Amino acid sequence: MNTAVLRTEARLLAREPGSLFWILVFPPVLLAILGAVPAFREPQDGLDGLRIVDTYVPVTVLVGMIVAGVQSMPAGLTGYREHGILRRMSTTPVRPSALLSAQMLVHAVAAVLSALLALAVGRLAYDVRLPEQPYGYLLALVLAVVVSLALGSVISAVSRTVKIAGAIGTAVFFPMLFCAGVWLPVQAMPDVMADVVGLLPFGAAAQALNEAMVGDWPGWAHLGVMAGWTVALSVAAARWFRWE
Amino acid sequence: MSVIEVTDLRKSYGGRTVVDGVSFAVEEGEIFGILGPNGAGKTTTVECVEGLRVPDAGRVRVTGLDPVADHDRVAHVLGAQLQEGRLQEKLTVREALQLYAAFHPNPADWRPLAERLGLGDRLGARFGKLSGGQKQRLFIALALVGNPRIVVLDELTTGLDPRARRDTWQLIEEVRDSGVTVLLVTHFMEEAQRLCDRIAVIDKGRIAALDTPAGLIRRSAGATVITFTPSAPLDEEELSALPALSSVAYKDGRITLAGGDETVNAVITLLARRHITAHQLRVSDATLDDAFLDLTTTDLTTTDLTKTDLTETTS
Repeated sequence: MNTAVLRTEARLLAREPGSLFWILVFPPVLLAILGAVPAFREPQDGLDGLRIVDTYVPVTVLVGMIVAGVQSMPAGLTGYREHGILRRMSTTPVRPSALLSAQMLVHAVAAVLSALLALAVGRLAYDVRLPEQPYGYLLALVLAVVVSLALGSVISAVSRTVKIAGAIGTAVFFPMLFCAGVWLPVQAMPDVMADVVGLLPFGAAAQALNEAMVGDWPGWAHLGVMAGWTVALSVAAARWFRWE
Repeated sequence: MSVIEVTDLRKSYGGRTVVDGVSFAVEEGEIFGILGPNGAGKTTTVECVEGLRVPDAGRVRVTGLDPVADHDRVAHVLGAQLQEGRLQEKLTVREALQLYAAFHPNPADWRPLAERLGLGDRLGARFGKLSGGQKQRLFIALALVGNPRIVVLDELTTGLDPRARRDTWQLIEEVRDSGVTVLLVTHFMEEAQRLCDRIAVIDKGRIAALDTPAGLIRRSAGATVITFTPSAPLDEEELSALPALSSVAYKDGRITLAGGDETVNAVITLLARRHITAHQLRVSDATLDDAFLDLTTTDLTTTDLTKTDLTETTS
């Protein structure tokens, strides 16, 4: 990790209003809008007494992460390769891998900020309880960030151009949102669907976050699914990534 | 002392040989030019020197180090301006210079460097907003900002207007005068003739000639061109027998001879002996352009035969 590169990448991400909006502003705003619907603030018998707005906090926490990992970062990395920026860096004493790790770190930080904003909006505006098992929540959150970056790295590895990265990113984006529970929170999904979704990284993430939210230690199966995907995706990215 | 040594370098892509046994040595403090037509293997050769490509065979040493195995140490002494590539669109000129300066232990002061390259009033501009020439000058600045001992410049002045080109040439001469060795890839004859102490002419992945600019011109067949209109017809056989003559052409009563200094003297003697006056006598030296065309083949006329001819005449 090179601090000059990291500072530059943080500055450059701050100059991308599109990325900033979708990562940092959109998820909390989405939560605020859903919470504004009176019926979504009524306890639901089918959700063990939780309100709909409660179930959407982990969903919006994951949305920022998915945008950062699957949409924003792959386009950036692929552009750096396509435009010869990695190559130019190869002629300096700093390795181009410094640029990759800086991109990942700034996107990870943005994703965590987004999660904190969503939690804050839920707590302050709609009195959603903060995670009752904070360590388990943090662990699930970190794993979710890491798996989204690993998925983004694979997209960047297989995309020759920024356009391709954008297309693949969008194709992956919506199924990932579905798994995270944007259309139907996992608690409300039929059991079979919840089980299937739980085998995918963001479905497992949503379930782990839900468990930590109500005070349980997140299930090892869910954490294991995220860890497994992280390993598999990282290996694939390392294998397929080309420096030029 | 040689700071760059390339010995029998070979590189091919997918069965197509791009560099086919290139050898040369660059001495400390000189401007060494690599000249050649498009696709001759110039860029691949310098990319092996920069450590961006791994040679298939042969040896490359930069200050005695292998640019691939000793990449980090070579990157400290060698600055590179690449033929292609961009920077991050929203990175400003100042930030780019600061960033690349931060990569090196003893960087140059980037402010005077930016001034010298005419970027002084564009420091706050984002890369995406720069003109082609400004981008090119920024790349040159980035290659020099680390205070390298050796700088590799690939297509240095492509995209620059004539004034910026001349300013850049002067800058490169100043860089050389400060003790930096320059490896310059170009296809501009004027640039090579003006800047280079020595030039390697590369054609089809091989070195067709390696000499000073003056030496290359001298060795090209027909280094001197003599044209005149004789007052009376001359014997064609006698003309053909002139020493060091490479070609004779007749057009509208005007004779054009290509040869060397000896040819000039001999034709004057011949004219005097025959009491023939030469009207509008012109003697001109060939340029590096002529030498270049003589040493390289174009794709239009490429045949195996011309390639063999070339190798024989230039070896």
